[in-house]
Amino acid sequence: MKIVLKNLTKRFPSRNKKGQDVIAVNNFNFEIPDGQLIGLLGPSGCGKSTTLNLISGLETPTEGRIFFGEEDVTELPPEERGVGLVFQNYALYPHLTVEENIIFPLQNLKGDKKMSREVMHQKAVETAKLVQIDGLMDRKPKELSGGQQQRVAIARALVKIPRVLLLDEPLSNLDARLRLQTREELRRIQRDTGVTTIFVTHDQEEAMSISDLIIVMKDGVVHQIGKPQEVYDNPANLFVAQFLGTPQINVFSGWIRDGKLYIGDEAVLELPEHEDREVWAGIRPEGFIPDENGPFTCNMERVEVMGRDVSVVSNHPQMTGRCIRSIVSSENRFEPDQKKVRFSLKPYKVFLFDRESEERV
Amino acid sequence: MKKNNLKAWLYLLPAILFLGVFMVYPLIDVCVYSVEENYNFASQSFTGVGLGNFRYVLSDPYFVQALKNTFIIVAITVPLSTGFALLISLGLSSIKPLRNAFQTIYFLPYVTNTLAVGLVFMILFKKTAYTDGMVNLLINKFGGSSVDFIEGPYWAKMFVMCFYTIWVVMPFKILILTSALASVNQDYYKAAKVDGATSGRIFRKITLPMISPTVFYLVITGFIGAFKAYSDEVALFGTNLNAAGMNTIVGYVYDMLYGDSGGYPSYAAAAALILFAIVFTITYINLTFSKNKVQYM
Repeated sequence: MKIVLKNLTKRFPSRNKKGQDVIAVNNFNFEIPDGQLIGLLGPSGCGKSTTLNLISGLETPTEGRIFFGEEDVTELPPEERGVGLVFQNYALYPHLTVEENIIFPLQNLKGDKKMSREVMHQKAVETAKLVQIDGLMDRKPKELSGGQQQRVAIARALVKIPRVLLLDEPLSNLDARLRLQTREELRRIQRDTGVTTIFVTHDQEEAMSISDLIIVMKDGVVHQIGKPQEVYDNPANLFVAQFLGTPQINVFSGWIRDGKLYIGDEAVLELPEHEDREVWAGIRPEGFIPDENGPFTCNMERVEVMGRDVSVVSNHPQMTGRCIRSIVSSENRFEPDQKKVRFSLKPYKVFLFDRESEERV
Repeated sequence: MKKNNLKAWLYLLPAILFLGVFMVYPLIDVCVYSVEENYNFASQSFTGVGLGNFRYVLSDPYFVQALKNTFIIVAITVPLSTGFALLISLGLSSIKPLRNAFQTIYFLPYVTNTLAVGLVFMILFKKTAYTDGMVNLLINKFGGSSVDFIEGPYWAKMFVMCFYTIWVVMPFKILILTSALASVNQDYYKAAKVDGATSGRIFRKITLPMISPTVFYLVITGFIGAFKAYSDEVALFGTNLNAAGMNTIVGYVYDMLYGDSGGYPSYAAAAALILFAIVFTITYINLTFSKNKVQYM
């Protein structure tokens, strides 16, 4: 099911009378293609969960419309939208067994959709098999591990075959190893069912690794939509560039003069097609090449060995962060008492942003 | 090790002494009194040991009346007060404006002095030389004839009694239930709503199981409290409860000790032990019954 959001806005009234309304979601316009896995990504408090709640129908928008396919669902209550929702804390009913939890949505069906006990049981078992918890049907949620609870929650959301599956921070309650495993699992389940799935996360790595499409949000505004690699390789503004990628992009204050990018006194890159201006220069960690004759000189701090790669930590007077991190091949050799390190830069790993608007130039 | 043990006992000594003097000794004493037949308070003598006191108490029409009254009060007030309290708490937790105001109003009976409450009930129900009481005025307005709620027929007195009891015990239950309802994670309701559950089903399948330990606690303490009813009866019908036909078991125990016909600690002890046996049995039944119903998360 394709999802279309048109001018979607959600304002929450301010707590005190004089204060301004809080705009959690500001004029969203985007279209989510059918059958894809979408990562809604942003720092906490940016309106991701509100967006999810608007799509599920738990919140009503202040303005704008929501379409599932061609159908306008803006006015529909959540139960009539056919959405499956997985909560961050799973919200499994603690007094019901796994099977009873999974069956719960089916028992609510009315009219000609009503099912017999056997059919419900069969559907529950089928869905449980899909998420590989069919051996745990008689357990109570507290007797399950976090990962298993997560799967039960997904099974409960999937059992009535929703038009849209929504996941709110689905992996944040799992430990690191389980998180890796579960996100692959999520990908597989989504592929198997073909249900259009939106999941909210603040973890860019998580979003990048499994999404077909990521939507980067901040302060209620969509900053960029695109395939993960495209967004990473082509950030629309400084925020997106900084939010995606670990280690973070290194940002310097720089100047374009005479078709060259200057950081400090050094002309580090040829930029023939740019007019003179002040910029923020973002350089991805993998954009540095150690080069004894390179144009860019930094003060060496230390080298962190990571096996395959080496992380060079250095600093520079024009940097904005606490240090510069560059990831280079471990074939490079560094002297222990080396004071300076020189780099040349990969042009496609350097992004320039306007000083004022922070938009890409 | 040994030294530590000694220290531990030393620390426990005040509590043990206190409990021994004020709890254990009286308890044993009650049991002893209850089997001493024809005990004479003045000469501290008795004629034999046996179950004669129990036989006497159980065949005493005043005790039988008290037993009946107590059971009626328990059977009516415990379910009704818990049910009403649940309804009101559900209402309170689903409204936003004025919630605190309503909460305060519902809690007022709890902090109000019993005598003041008694006075209010007098204005409502009592017939005097000047007025038949507010409730009777209302009944008259709708074409009924006045009923003497305080000195009239048994059912009228019992009605006032139960009304009063429910009104007095409800605030505490509302307080406990509203906090229990507030502690249910809202995500359960959201999840149920997305899954299409009706509000009735949400209540039966989610809310009730979630707050079942609290409800259970209220039912048990409600039973025990109602079985021990006495002071409320005095507030409404005065100290001569036997004459009013509104005595309770605890009231009977008191009368046997200090009432006009009092001075019989053996009978009082026997009645108290019968009450204990009843409360014990009911609580045991409650616990057994609820074992499968109550969900402790």
